[in-house]
Amino acid sequence: MKKNKDQILLDKLADAARTGTISRRSFMHYAAAAGVTASAATGLWGTSAQAAPTRGGIFRLGAHDGNTSDTHDPGTYVTFSMIQVAHTFRSYLTLIEPDGSLGPDVASEWSASPDAKEWTFTLNPGATWHSGGKVTANDVIASLNHHRGEGSTSAAKALLTDVQDIVDNGDHSITIKLGSGNADLPWLMTDYHLAMVPANDDGTASWKSGDGCGPYKLTNTEFGVGYTFTRHEDWHLDGAYFDEVVVTVLNDPNARQTALVTGDVDAITQLELKTLALLQRDPNIVIDNVPSAAAITMPMLCDVAPFDNPDVRNALKLSIDRNEIIEKIAFGAASPGNDFHHSPAMPYWPDDIPQREYDPEQAKSLLKKAGAEGLSVNLSVADSVYSGAVDMCVLYSEQAKKSGIDINVVREPNDGYYSDVWLKKPWCAVQWGARPTPDVMYSLAYKDDAAWNESHWQNERFNELLLAAKAELDNTRRAEMYREMAMLARDDGGTVIPFFPNFVYARRKNVQHGPDLAASWQMDGARACSRWWFEA
Amino acid sequence: MGDILRLVGKRLGLGVGILLIISAIIFFMVELLPGDIAQAVLGQGATPENLAALRKEMGLDQPALVRYFDWLTSAVMFDFGNSIVTGESVVDTISTRFANTLFLAAYAAVIAVPISIVLGVLVALLRNSIFDRVVNVLTLTSISSPEFFLGYILILYLAVKTGMFPAIASLSNDMTFGELLHRTFLPALTLVLVVTAHMMRMTRAAIINLLASPYIEMARLKGTPPWKVIVKHALPNAWAPIINVVALNLAYLITGVVLVEVVFVYPGIGQALVDSVSKRDFPVVQACCLIFAATFILLNLAADVGAILTNPRLRHPK
Repeated sequence: MKKNKDQILLDKLADAARTGTISRRSFMHYAAAAGVTASAATGLWGTSAQAAPTRGGIFRLGAHDGNTSDTHDPGTYVTFSMIQVAHTFRSYLTLIEPDGSLGPDVASEWSASPDAKEWTFTLNPGATWHSGGKVTANDVIASLNHHRGEGSTSAAKALLTDVQDIVDNGDHSITIKLGSGNADLPWLMTDYHLAMVPANDDGTASWKSGDGCGPYKLTNTEFGVGYTFTRHEDWHLDGAYFDEVVVTVLNDPNARQTALVTGDVDAITQLELKTLALLQRDPNIVIDNVPSAAAITMPMLCDVAPFDNPDVRNALKLSIDRNEIIEKIAFGAASPGNDFHHSPAMPYWPDDIPQREYDPEQAKSLLKKAGAEGLSVNLSVADSVYSGAVDMCVLYSEQAKKSGIDINVVREPNDGYYSDVWLKKPWCAVQWGARPTPDVMYSLAYKDDAAWNESHWQNERFNELLLAAKAELDNTRRAEMYREMAMLARDDGGTVIPFFPNFVYARRKNVQHGPDLAASWQMDGARACSRWWFEA
Repeated sequence: MGDILRLVGKRLGLGVGILLIISAIIFFMVELLPGDIAQAVLGQGATPENLAALRKEMGLDQPALVRYFDWLTSAVMFDFGNSIVTGESVVDTISTRFANTLFLAAYAAVIAVPISIVLGVLVALLRNSIFDRVVNVLTLTSISSPEFFLGYILILYLAVKTGMFPAIASLSNDMTFGELLHRTFLPALTLVLVVTAHMMRMTRAAIINLLASPYIEMARLKGTPPWKVIVKHALPNAWAPIINVVALNLAYLITGVVLVEVVFVYPGIGQALVDSVSKRDFPVVQACCLIFAATFILLNLAADVGAILTNPRLRHPK
């Protein structure tokens, strides 16, 4: 009997692998559950999964979040549509592969000095600009320097503050010299701001022309409306299967989904989760639901009463029923948070930390211990934080009543939320984009002196470990440090993390992709245009 | 004729004054918005020193009044400056968008104005008949539904279910005129549904109002057929209110279509305005709003001139 059931499951799996509705990672997981050994499962995957990519066709992508005031300045990239466009026509030093590992882009290899203070990147000799000519060390240095220095207006400036100098080694390689060791530097180079642009004669970056060295050439730009591209035949990496790409900005979720249903576009970003079940019924559409490193956080200011007491903070963390919130607010498309800002989609994720469950009784006893019974607190939130963010907080407020906590949900205006509420109100809800590594995330928002230490959390041991892990080149030791830091953040930190939202996007059935999807951005790490292809 | 020219001159002068007041109001409204441009441009990810550098680059370290008068002195010389956010010229940024909006408005008007006037005359002729009731119920239903709802209904039936028209009206440069009309048909139809009721009912009311006049009674008594009474005797006297309401609706077609643009992803000026408000991009907001204000002023003026031309009595004030 058991055997039969497993066979049905396996057939289903093989079918899912063929049609591309399942990722390789999930395939292996379910195959193991069905009692198949890893090597057998790999073989099964190989025989059922899609045929080799074919070239040709015009790929029309409907992207959300575009604005008339977008520009080609990589330093001020902020909307998702520009991130998508940037990954289509520009290149970066390194990139995140579909399986989540770090891979080569303009830099073909890299190595560090033992203290991780000096990183040398060897450039790919095949990388060329759309306007002709090789990508030189000079261009790379100008591209990176665009985000450094006194007058830089780049949003990536904070990322590179530790960079002291970037030098041309004269052999088609560059060396980045840091003030302190950073084992994550090659990962940082995947940041969407750090796009490669040609250098001007005076060493500044020339970004206005829209020249790039990415898989596609930009042929037409209308900011906030749409972009067209043709293939760059001399691109230095494999892929770029489509002949042409058209990215149309479709800000309205209904317009996006309708355009996909009627076939006006071949793929769209950001589905409306409320209508996910309805869209799933359309046989011509395939939905990709990818766990991501984006996060919803609720930072409490740890230096403001009553949040200055760790027992109160933990009582609040115990009073949220994450499963109910994921089911009702994220419609299942999320993974539960565990109050440390390190998602399963990031490297070094500690998988053995017990999940914090909803436990009003324990919350009550903690409050009693803290002498804070009958706690009443305000939680600020705006609709723009996440689709359903206000509902999420109202639901949390209901759940917390069982612990005897009165959470008063304050609905703030969307406009100016991140300048007037975040970092200012004692407790608010925030959405964070995906960051490539735990070090980047923790340094940005949890380090004692970070400008965005959103919870004002100070923990000596945590900060010690953060600095030590940053320069640690030994992966095992590093993973251990991140585990200890996760425990500290979970049990002492000031941030409630309800969940890590999935990236949910969709494509027409004839659009195919490889076994895995990168979790750094929507649309296969914003590289769908160069990684996906049309079924022959 | 001299009277009309004088009227036009006077009204244009007044219009410039109104535009000036509006520009001041817009500027200070934008100033009142929470947050600032630098924050809006760099997003959640900006650090304080970043913001300071960007503010300086954009000239935001100057006091508000200085910035306003700087803008005003160049605007008087028809130099609307550059977008603060992108650095592109404002005229370049919005001219294509405005042309798109005008095209859609013209498309909708060419369909809506004749239909509403013909329908208005017909329902006045057949007033209180089943036809009158049905037309009234239908047009009132369409005007009472929000535009985006009408748009979604049209998309559902004409794009998703039957596939007769595309659901999104995105434009490209290499389209023929026929393709353009086909692609923008649904947004135009939505606008037609929204504006028809108002114009149609005004035509009907104006005509019915006149039907009680003694001269209409006279025309009837001498045996003129009912359609001729309306078209030849009532309609010429009803033009003034009809022209007014048509002008009002034309202005709406240009200034009030943001929702339709969003639903159909049509690259018009409304979307550009919403984008620039969210970025606090004052020169672009200012230019869009002044275009809207000027549209209202000019169309109102045109309505008044039209009313005078169709009514000889107004041309010779006693």
